[in-house]
Amino acid sequence: MSRRKRDDGYEHGYRKRRRVVSEQAEIEDRLESLIIRVGDKTSSSLESNLEGLASVLEADMNTYKSKILRILSECPIQMPEKCTIYSTLVGLLNAKNYNFGGEFVEQMVRNLKEALREGQWESARLIVRFISDMVNCHIVSASSLLQLYDSFIDAAMEQGVPQVRRDWYMYALLTALPWVGRELFEKKENDLERIMAAMEGYLRRRNTAHVAALRVWNCDTPHPQEEYLECLWAQVRKLRTDEWQERHIYRPYLAFDSILSEALQHNLPVILPPPHTASTQYPLPWVVFRMFDYTDCPEAGPLLPGTHSVERYLIEEHLHQIVTRHHNERKELATQLLAFPQRNKIPLEYMIVEVLFSELFHMPSPRYLEISYGCTLIELCKLQPSTMPQVLAQATELLYERIDTMNATCFDRFVSWFSYHLSNFQFRWSWDDWQNCLSLEKDHPKAKFVSEVFGKCLRLSYYKRVNEMVPECYSPLLPPKPEPYFKYQTEGGNSLPGATQVQALTELLRKKPTPEEVLELIQQLPNPLKDDDGDMEPSHNPLAIEVFVQTLLHLGSKSFTHTFAGLAKYHSVFKNICENEEAQICMLRQVYELWQHHPQFLGVVVDKMLKTQIVECCAVANWIFSRDMAPEFTRSYIWEILHLTIRKMNKHVVRLEKEVADARAKLRAAPSDSESSDDDPNRETGEKRRRTVSNKDTPKDGEEQPTEEMVERMEERLEAAQSDQKNLFLIVFQRFIMILSEHVVRCDTDGKDFNTFWYQWTVGRLQQVFMAHHEQVEKYSQTLETLLFTHDLDSNILDTFRQFQALRS
Amino acid sequence: MAVASTYRDQHFKGSRVEQERLLSQSSTLYVGNLSFYTTEEQIHELFSKCGDVKRIIMGLDKFTRTPCGFCFVEFYLRSDAENAIRFVNGTRLDDRIVRTDWDAGFVEGRQYGRGKTGGQVRDEYRTDFDGGRGGWGKMIQQKVATSAANN
Repeated sequence: MSRRKRDDGYEHGYRKRRRVVSEQAEIEDRLESLIIRVGDKTSSSLESNLEGLASVLEADMNTYKSKILRILSECPIQMPEKCTIYSTLVGLLNAKNYNFGGEFVEQMVRNLKEALREGQWESARLIVRFISDMVNCHIVSASSLLQLYDSFIDAAMEQGVPQVRRDWYMYALLTALPWVGRELFEKKENDLERIMAAMEGYLRRRNTAHVAALRVWNCDTPHPQEEYLECLWAQVRKLRTDEWQERHIYRPYLAFDSILSEALQHNLPVILPPPHTASTQYPLPWVVFRMFDYTDCPEAGPLLPGTHSVERYLIEEHLHQIVTRHHNERKELATQLLAFPQRNKIPLEYMIVEVLFSELFHMPSPRYLEISYGCTLIELCKLQPSTMPQVLAQATELLYERIDTMNATCFDRFVSWFSYHLSNFQFRWSWDDWQNCLSLEKDHPKAKFVSEVFGKCLRLSYYKRVNEMVPECYSPLLPPKPEPYFKYQTEGGNSLPGATQVQALTELLRKKPTPEEVLELIQQLPNPLKDDDGDMEPSHNPLAIEVFVQTLLHLGSKSFTHTFAGLAKYHSVFKNICENEEAQICMLRQVYELWQHHPQFLGVVVDKMLKTQIVECCAVANWIFSRDMAPEFTRSYIWEILHLTIRKMNKHVVRLEKEVADARAKLRAAPSDSESSDDDPNRETGEKRRRTVSNKDTPKDGEEQPTEEMVERMEERLEAAQSDQKNLFLIVFQRFIMILSEHVVRCDTDGKDFNTFWYQWTVGRLQQVFMAHHEQVEKYSQTLETLLFTHDLDSNILDTFRQFQALRS
Repeated sequence: MAVASTYRDQHFKGSRVEQERLLSQSSTLYVGNLSFYTTEEQIHELFSKCGDVKRIIMGLDKFTRTPCGFCFVEFYLRSDAENAIRFVNGTRLDDRIVRTDWDAGFVEGRQYGRGKTGGQVRDEYRTDFDGGRGGWGKMIQQKVATSAANN
């Protein structure tokens, strides 16, 4: 869209040319605008708009052909809901100008090839659909489209390539059929049947091991959770039984049938799918999320399209596309969702809520920030206050009812969303309705949900508020007052070991001593681990750690800022007394003891300690799985801490990987090519050095040309980091396997059923590690298979690993 | 979206151009309309939903050094701060609609209210009763106090 200003230096002709060029640019912009806006609400009918626009474009064809080709080929992909409008427009142009039609077809084919090459799967899929629709408009011949479909089927039958690749080719084909199925049925029935038979065979042979990992609930009542391809196949099969009569898609070309059927069709050239390479990334599979059926919607209102109706698929896809377009503007998104074109024919609020929750609960992870869905739902409630809040409440009830079988990952997201939502509506809820959870054991999903929601509400508000928001009967599930627990100030606290030193240290700290002075005092403490003969040097002094950590953190307990200040000032003391993993685990135990009633504070302190490298990731992992923490094992905050730890490690590795890649690229560029980075802060003299706070989170900018030596050192650092990362995953998975196996064996010996709530939560948490970090875990899949997830393992544990592997196979 | 409002800090030390540049690169947000009782923990919980929070600096009354209803939230990444403007601005914290805006960057001293009585300027002149922000605006409080003294 940029206006090209020609810089030819001839002054006298410059102005004249400039005027012509800017006129040209103006017309181009206007054409672009007309094309982009066709089909949007206007006073005249769509048909007359299309006719008018086709004439305008035809008239300007000679001068602006390349621009028109480009825009017309991009619009149906950028605005997929207007696919049929653009195919009609191109159809009309093709009828007027056969050559243009041919060039347009070539353009689309080029775009498709590029999209396939670049791994832009969604664009490619929409191009295939658009090309299929072009058969409806007599631009492309049905026989050549079938050739394209055949080559896709061949790709799906290829041996030795990942199933996710083969799936995509089938998927692209299937999603095009609602548009062109009828036309093919009328003109090429046998070929269509052949294709359907090939698809049926493909789907029957497919591996669906990944489904278990991607389902939100681990059972199929009341709604079966179908794998996306199987669901779409069922929908297309149903369409076939209706003789491919599809009534949802708006087809403007029907009105122009007489003109279009006169046009000459073009044949698609042969399009061969690019071969698979090891580095090609394919879209991950997913499970279709269903929470409503027609009985959930008001009887008097419009009917919810059936699960296997093509309408359901098309409407949901359209709603998702609206989310894609406006996901960064919640008010606009809410408006557009509510303005859905066929809103009077469907229970719109229900479908919107289902689509948004399907994204929120998407496995492995939602495509956008969780909070964006939360605040979009709030906007929807604001715009539609008489219906939306009720539908949302109904949805919440349903989710609560079925929470027994919800996976742990989605459970966390549900807790997070619900507490956030409540915090925007004065925490008002019909808590009385859920009183049944009070009679259930603490680890029962319903009871756990309620207690975790209370915990999250506490974080967003305060203790008194949370107590006031629920009926008194809920007090067993309410969280304790979020205060530090300083045992030295409790009953009999001053006779605890170290109590006098705590007192001394407290007094010293109030005088703002240096780290050395603090260390001096701490080092005077006796070490209970030391033998009487004192020949074996213990790895750490637990008493010193206890006294120092608890005293310092207690003094800083007023706020995060106070604590962070203490951690920063006495960082060197931490480093001195907590050199090794044993010491660090001891320290974490002290932090836990102080902050056991305030999980939020605990998490924030651990996070800061990781960040300032007072503690290593592996120490945190081992601490979480230690016997001490067993009573807390099913609490969500434990897993929050584990995941923030893993994420930190992952971020570190990813950052180093990027640094190395960038440096290598710079090195490969010509040595004389010294790029001047205009925003390099070092070049601005006399200015205080500021952190570049753009997308990089490294303080250093690429200042100079890296040397081979520098890059090698970077690579060494990267290797070390990757080794740490692998080690962390190994520890985590190994501890999971140990703890789960121990449980199964113990239950076996005691003659008890191993499938307790604890067991289900723990397996769920194991699954969560795979899902939340699947990209990074993938790197070590082989190692995990060889070292840990071996055949002799309990089948339930092994299944989790197999399902994860199946994601990309 | 995620565009700065028209507010510009009058006490900013530097040129207007410099201020604009800092705003466009910033990963620090000003957060306003907080209750005086809203804690760092609550702010941390909400804003962490948009990304890793680097630091929170509570806005304090210049004289009492107690929170006076605003704060700065520093993220590590600007993109996370952008998301906070998209998804937190205009939603509730502690039952109040909070407002977020780009800030040129925290500098020591900017955590203090600039109102005559120590809090934020807006609390000097407002005419409503706000229980979370000390009740009546300061000017009104003063008027009430002087008229009571005169009677």
